[in-house]
This record gives sequence, structure tokens and C-alpha cells, in this order.
Amino acid sequence: MKRNLKHTKVSPVKLYLHYISIHIRSIMQYKKSFLMTALGQFLASFNVFIGIHFMFLRFHSLAGYSYSEVLLCFSIVLMEYSLGECVARGFDTFPSLVRKGSFDRFMTRPRSEILQVLGSSFELTRIGRIIQAAIVFVYGTVHSGISWNWSRVLTVILMLIGGTGIFCGIFLIYAALCFFTLDGLEFINILTDGAREYGKYPVDVYGKRMLRFCTFVIPYSLVQYYPLTYLTGRNDNLFYAFIPLAALLFLVPCFWLWKFGVRKYKSSGS
Amino acid sequence: MITVNNICKSYKAAKRNAGFGESVRSFFRREYDVVKALDHISFTIHDGETVGYIGPNGAGKSTTIKILSGILTPDSGDCLVDGRVPWKNRIEHVARIGVVFGQRSQLWWDVPVIDSFELLRDIYSIPPEIYHKNKDDLTELLELGELLRTPTRQLSLGQRMRCELAASLLHSPDILFLDEPTIGLDAVSKIAVREFIVRLNRERKTTVILTTHDMQDIEAITKRVILIGKGRILLDGDISEIAASGDIDRTVAELYRTYDI
Repeated sequence: MKRNLKHTKVSPVKLYLHYISIHIRSIMQYKKSFLMTALGQFLASFNVFIGIHFMFLRFHSLAGYSYSEVLLCFSIVLMEYSLGECVARGFDTFPSLVRKGSFDRFMTRPRSEILQVLGSSFELTRIGRIIQAAIVFVYGTVHSGISWNWSRVLTVILMLIGGTGIFCGIFLIYAALCFFTLDGLEFINILTDGAREYGKYPVDVYGKRMLRFCTFVIPYSLVQYYPLTYLTGRNDNLFYAFIPLAALLFLVPCFWLWKFGVRKYKSSGS
Repeated sequence: MITVNNICKSYKAAKRNAGFGESVRSFFRREYDVVKALDHISFTIHDGETVGYIGPNGAGKSTTIKILSGILTPDSGDCLVDGRVPWKNRIEHVARIGVVFGQRSQLWWDVPVIDSFELLRDIYSIPPEIYHKNKDDLTELLELGELLRTPTRQLSLGQRMRCELAASLLHSPDILFLDEPTIGLDAVSKIAVREFIVRLNRERKTTVILTTHDMQDIEAITKRVILIGKGRILLDGDISEIAASGDIDRTVAELYRTYDI
């Protein structure tokens, strides 16, 4: 029975999709719960939209940005966050994976730990948030007065890619820190939920210092403020359209920290 | 073949006295005890052997299993499993072993067992023909039948353990680690699990390493027993020597007393 299992390896993407299909099959078992959660998610972030709306009923521009520009900014950030959460939610529930011993199980399987953690949780209920983000996004783009051309469409796509990457990176940091503290660190939520809340306004609204922090420490502004200046025509330099890609470099140190954490886990085992 | 040579592993365990004040104090200045989980452990296990790894709670059984299955890195010492260092070539290593934790399920809770099996097929990249053959064989041997189409949450513990065993063997591992596989099972299920493991070892020549507190498991399954206590190997010998005096439970309890563990 000792056969050589030399066989083409199932690709990580195919395996990830298999994980997702199982999650969807699991969710189907609880239809009502799924629909209620998705609806709740939708309503919860809808009130943020209303908040902006009422504020602009009184003030017609904020630090030089019009209502529709803020809306566009908000919808992009919300979309990035929702996509990031949908993909990388497994990292958010990571402390319980370690405590329940599921992580030990992952280590006994011939696959990367990250892929298995990503596959361990998939938040389909965040679909509510994504649908809302998409509605706000369409509304924002239509009312933004932006004359759309291919380079601006590309800019938005790159913003979504870079931003989703940043949020995944922060979730990864959060999980990696659990190797050292053995528990979740709520303060990381300032970087994720906080970014979603404050990210609805272009970062320069908060001043120079904040802009610098969001450029060099956690590179939010690379997927928000800088490409936005190109999108809204404040800046003609096509270079700004490609800045969001640089944000993906943020994933490199996140990945190192994770690797370091795994090594620590293997040597301490708790 | 598994060779373990002078493996050591110690943990730092935080300690403090009872009380709120003490808890605040320990937040700032923490005192640690160094616990030697494994203290120069050495043994060799040949292909196709069945080994019972026994000892009281906290003796170091799980730590050993974790090191052999690539989860933990020891502080010192070396270990080779079929030429691989488990914690260095983790992915290569774990593709050739199977691990069953009696207390933890590896099946997806809300979907039929067969869905979990198919996911495992992709995780281990099992070729279709081998997957189907193993699945059919295991279904027959463990009498899974209709169970495969039942969601895990609706299975009894005994039924689930049979499915767990099958799940760990789909990729035809050379070595099977069983960590308390019969814990909490009723008599019928226990016997089914034991008979299956014996047959697996006989027919597939799978090396079996079993930790348990149930001495009847040991008697039924293994030919060799390694006794560990306080991180040291106290006894390594044939089951017949230990079981010779009749009641194996008593003999083992006697051994624990003799070695003061």
C-alpha cells in the first residue's frame, strides 16, 4: 500500500475555492441566520452613509472636497475593507484557532499555514457590506463629476487591489501578534475598523502628520489620498494612478512577522 | 523508521499565588517555572511496528507526538522519520503521516463527511484513483456507508471517530499517530476502532504509534510499550512482559508507583 504519491499538486487557488465552496455549503444549512446577518451588516454600515449625508446638508464641502468626492472616497475604502474582510477574516478569528488547537491540525497538513487559515473562515455575510459598498460606489462615481476614462477606471481597480492588500496585511499582523500574546489585541481594530470609519474622508483632511503616518507606517494614503488626487483631477500625473500598487509592499513585513510568529509557536507550542 | 535521539524540550510556565493583588503583581513581574517536558528521550521504531506510548497526564506524551508530527521544534536532540527531520521539512514530512487527535475533530461540522473527505483529497493532492480506492476500502472496513452522507454534527462520537480514522488514512500515510483515539467511546465503538487499527497494521504495514490511558487499547493493539514519566523514558519493552502478570491496569499502576510518577 506504500504508494508513491507523486502527483500534480492541487493549486492553492483551487484549494482555496474548495474551502469557500464548503463554507457556502455550511452556510446553506442555516439560511435564515445567513440572511439576517447579511441584512444587519447592510443596515449597520448604511447609517454611516446617512451620517455623511446629513453632515453635507449643513456643510457643502469639507477641506475642499465636495460631497460626492467624499462619497466616492468612502465607498472605495468600504469596498476595500469588505473585500479584505471577506478574504482574510480567518486571521481575525485566529486567537480561537490557536486556543482550540486547530492550528496544530493545520501544521499536520502538507499546505502553507496561511492558506489554511484563510480557508478556515469565509465571511459570506459580509456580502451585505459589499453590496452596500457597491451601491454607494456606483452612486459616488455617477455623482462625482469625474470624467471617466481608461486610466481613471484603472486607478480605481488598482486602489481596490492595493487597499484590499493593506487590510489583509493588517489582519495578518493581528494574527501574528497572537503568537506572542496568546490573545487578540483589540487595539489592532483601530487600524482596521478605524481606517474604515476615518477613511471615508481623504487622509489630508486630518492634517500633515496623519498624512505622513498613513504614507510611511500604514500606507492607507497610497490607496486613498494620492490616487484620489489623480481621480478627481487635482493632479494629472499618471504616476499617481499606480501608487496603490506600492501599498502591496506592506504585505512583505506583515509576512515576515507572521513567519517569525510561526517559528516562535513551533518552539513554545502554546 | 523513526529514530529519536536525546530529545529535550522544556516549557516556561508562569506561576503566581492566589488573589487579585498577586495577579496584579504578576502582571509586572512574572515568575516562571521551567518545566522539563522531555528530558533526553531516545528510542527507535521500525517500519510496521505498533507502539503504545503510555504515561500519566503531563508525562510528555503529547509533546513527543507533536515533535514527531512536525508541530513543535525540540530544544535539543535529533530525530529522523524515514530520513526527514519533522520540524525542518514540515510539508514533505506531514504528507506521509496521519494524525488522529481523539479530542479534536478534523471534519467540517455542518457538511456531510464526504465533503470533508473531498477537501482532504485536495489538501493532500491525492490522485483520483488512489482516493477512490482508499475511500471505498475504508468505507467497507469501518462500515461508514450512509455515515458519509450525514453532517458531522449529527454523528455519534463513535461514528465520528470511525470517520476521523478514515479521514486520516485517505492519503495512505506510512505512519499513523493516534492520540487517545478511544476516549469517551462506548464498548462497541472501542472494539471496532481497535480491530480496525490492528487490521490496518497487518494489511497495510502502517506503523502505528498510540497514546492512551486505556490499557485494553494497548493490550489489543500494540506489541511494544514505551512508558514515559516526568519527561523520561522509564521502560521500553514487549507488551507480553508487562501483561504477563495478568491484570495490565494493576501492573501499570504498580509501575507508576515504583517510578514515583
